[in-house]
Amino acid sequence: MALFNLNINGKSHQVDLDPNTPILWVLRDHLDLVGTKFGCGIAQCGACTIHLDGTAIRSCQLPISAVEDSQITTIEGLSKDGDHPLQQAWIEHDVPQCGYCQAGQIMTAAALLKENPNPTDADIENAMNGNICRCGTYTRIKAAIKTAAKSA
Amino acid sequence: MTLIDKKLNRRSFLKVSTLAGGGMMLSFSWLAGCKPTPEEVLTMPKEWFELNSYIKIGENGAVTLFNPNPEFGSNVKTSLPMILADELDVDWKNVFVEQADFYPERFDRQFTGGSQGIRQGWTPLRTAGATARQLIVNAAAQTWNVSAAEITTSAGMVEHKASGKKAGYGDMASLAGTLEAPDPETVKLKDIADFNIIGTSKKNVDGPNIVTGKPLFAIDHKVEGMKYAAIVQPPAFGMQLKSFDKNSVTSMPGIQDAFEVKIFKDDYGRNFFDTTSFPSLIAIVGNSTWEVLQAKKSIKAEWEKAPESTFPLAGRGGQVVDVKVPEGLENSTTHKAKMNEYITKSGNILRKDGDPEGAFKKAARVLERTYSAPFLAHNTMEPMNAFADVNGDKAIIYGPTQAPELIRQTIANSLGLPIENIQINLARMGGGFGRRAYSHHLTEAALISQKIQAPVKMVYTREDDMSAGVYRPTYSATYRAALDENNNLLALHVKAGGIPESPIHANRFPAGAIDNYLAEGWQIESNITIGAFRAPRSNFIAGAEQSFLDELAEEMGKDPIEFRLELLKRAETNPVGENNDYDPKRYAGVLELVREKSNWSNTTAGISRGVSAYFCHNSYVAEVVDISIKDRQPVVENVYAAVDCGIVVNPDSAANMGEGAIVDGIGNAFYGELTFENGAPTKRNFDTYRMIRHKEAPKKIEVHFVQNNEAPTGLGEPLFPPVFAALGNSLYKATGKRLYEQPFQPQLLEMENLRM
Repeated sequence: MALFNLNINGKSHQVDLDPNTPILWVLRDHLDLVGTKFGCGIAQCGACTIHLDGTAIRSCQLPISAVEDSQITTIEGLSKDGDHPLQQAWIEHDVPQCGYCQAGQIMTAAALLKENPNPTDADIENAMNGNICRCGTYTRIKAAIKTAAKSA
Repeated sequence: MTLIDKKLNRRSFLKVSTLAGGGMMLSFSWLAGCKPTPEEVLTMPKEWFELNSYIKIGENGAVTLFNPNPEFGSNVKTSLPMILADELDVDWKNVFVEQADFYPERFDRQFTGGSQGIRQGWTPLRTAGATARQLIVNAAAQTWNVSAAEITTSAGMVEHKASGKKAGYGDMASLAGTLEAPDPETVKLKDIADFNIIGTSKKNVDGPNIVTGKPLFAIDHKVEGMKYAAIVQPPAFGMQLKSFDKNSVTSMPGIQDAFEVKIFKDDYGRNFFDTTSFPSLIAIVGNSTWEVLQAKKSIKAEWEKAPESTFPLAGRGGQVVDVKVPEGLENSTTHKAKMNEYITKSGNILRKDGDPEGAFKKAARVLERTYSAPFLAHNTMEPMNAFADVNGDKAIIYGPTQAPELIRQTIANSLGLPIENIQINLARMGGGFGRRAYSHHLTEAALISQKIQAPVKMVYTREDDMSAGVYRPTYSATYRAALDENNNLLALHVKAGGIPESPIHANRFPAGAIDNYLAEGWQIESNITIGAFRAPRSNFIAGAEQSFLDELAEEMGKDPIEFRLELLKRAETNPVGENNDYDPKRYAGVLELVREKSNWSNTTAGISRGVSAYFCHNSYVAEVVDISIKDRQPVVENVYAAVDCGIVVNPDSAANMGEGAIVDGIGNAFYGELTFENGAPTKRNFDTYRMIRHKEAPKKIEVHFVQNNEAPTGLGEPLFPPVFAALGNSLYKATGKRLYEQPFQPQLLEMENLRM
């Protein structure tokens, strides 16, 4: 066990945990930030996507020991009032079915738009390919990202 | 106004006051509710008045509607309350929607599956809305001392035009809540033409909570003092626990205990949703998920081959049968060989019209083709999990389940507690697809909680989830057509089976359209657990049948849509045999609509098209898939679907589900496959089990609905089965090669004209 100081969504947190604990479980079990989801545990589905210093990363494979000096953003901290252009576009296109993967989809898309404000269809497909949606909302996700890109 | 004869269970129309003594109180903890749009007009009222099980109205006119059914992504949580709201005649923007807990004393049918939510909820929910509206009207009549018949309602307002009196529902709710409910059998329902919410697109009421990451799922649940649990299951089907060393994990950090969990008592008679891969497991309990997952990797356990066993199972009709679980470690190669053997044998005759044997004898030509598909894992994105708090003789369970009613009986038996002491709260599910009709995970969490005497959340890893599946079976179907020298179709013969069930629906099209018809089924026993997977059986047989009809049309020199329409015309005007379970006119209707919407006769250079149509779950669907070949890979450019499911309650949401079913079908047709070696699944996570991803999704999907006033039917499943053949038929057009085995992708890689 070891003490770690974390900066998550602009707030500092201190936890005393096994250094190998993935950020996913720190968020979910210890900090009650459950918007970041467990899907596969091997960085293959994208449900656990967060931002580490602005870059989209799979939190299920990211040990707490690797993030101490970084800024972490989760879906809960993406916007203050749930009004990030992507969150609004997701509502406008009524994207979610079961909804489980959508936080991860939005976090990946947010990192994409930050880097590439006007992505082509191919850019979107490439960036989003690591995020599985079992309900098959891919065409709506793409449409929502394009809407958000226009409004941002 | 329409008077409809309604056979209803009256419990839905009771007020909670009459139940407060006996029934469990609903947890109103989600009262914060969810607004579909940001235009909040009404705030939370000071007081709610219950008009019936589904409806509460506040003194300020705010309305709370309960969604009775479990939500797994088909959006019943929005669409079912829309039905209530329309008949209640309120403004949707003043509606709060709450998920009901499992509460059979209040609600009739709390089950999600078989695409039945809207179909079976239609009349009861319309009636519940209409009776509550009538209570408001009666309260106004009493208050104003006028005849109820002279009172009209609109958007949450009651009005007596003659006297100029007008009030909001909120003003009448207090009195309405004390009045006797009108007779649900005779209450007047709206004319279809007067619907103003049904048929309009309303946003998912949970949308804002989903996109901001609010806790909605059982896996997100946490209470003070809660422990975490992981399970360890046998490494293969046909294996069972021999022994394990508890001390191998209990000294690890954060680990409290490890013990065996037996899901069923020895003398328990299982129901048809009690399917579970491994009725005995090891549970590891500790202080955090990560710690129990570490212990799971370290535990020392010995496994042994399980002997053949039998257990009694109560079927849907209540009849009890003994189910045999054979011994052995099964292999996909052996499965294939066995299935090939059964193809050559006679099966059980399921339907026979005319003289098929005679027709084949005199045929000038016989076209025979065999299709097959592998086991599939459901792979819901939220793995199996459940929260349970068993405290003395009471249990609270919060878990993802499509079928709370049956699992409540199981849990009561397994815990040894009275059924009325088991409370099941319904979590939003991170996907279902049939998998969560089998809710053993709730029982497992309950038994763990009972043992440790503390609340617990149990979570499966993806590997646990994928390797303890209630899979879609592997199937095979052989179709034969007899043609005379003039290419007329004389007879059709289908023989299909699987491990361990046959996929045949013997009375479906093309039965009824062909003079000489024979359907045979067969099955091979197995210890691999199978169950409902989005459109059970249809999800295979549709692909086989519609691929065969496509090839047959080509053999006969006919356009594939025209050929199907000819068969349907025959079934309509002069049907063969009895019990044909489809309406040929509605079937033809979707083919005609997809022909129009896809501009079927217009061909585009570089685009190959395939068509398919199927009827299942009371709904009719035809689909056209367009593909191109880019960089020697097939790209799904467009999918056009035409759907007849009667009245569409929430059109954009319905289209979303249809799009999802199409993507799901294309993914499974290209990639879906689970194989077994020595009883163990060869794929256990998404690194090897290939799921369809963004790049592979169709570039465009259009879902078109037939406009009619038929009562609504199912939609979660019917768009899924036909995609397999529409895709296969388009791949044939693109490559010149028919594909008979799913998944398609490995064969495409071998094709010379597609190879990288």
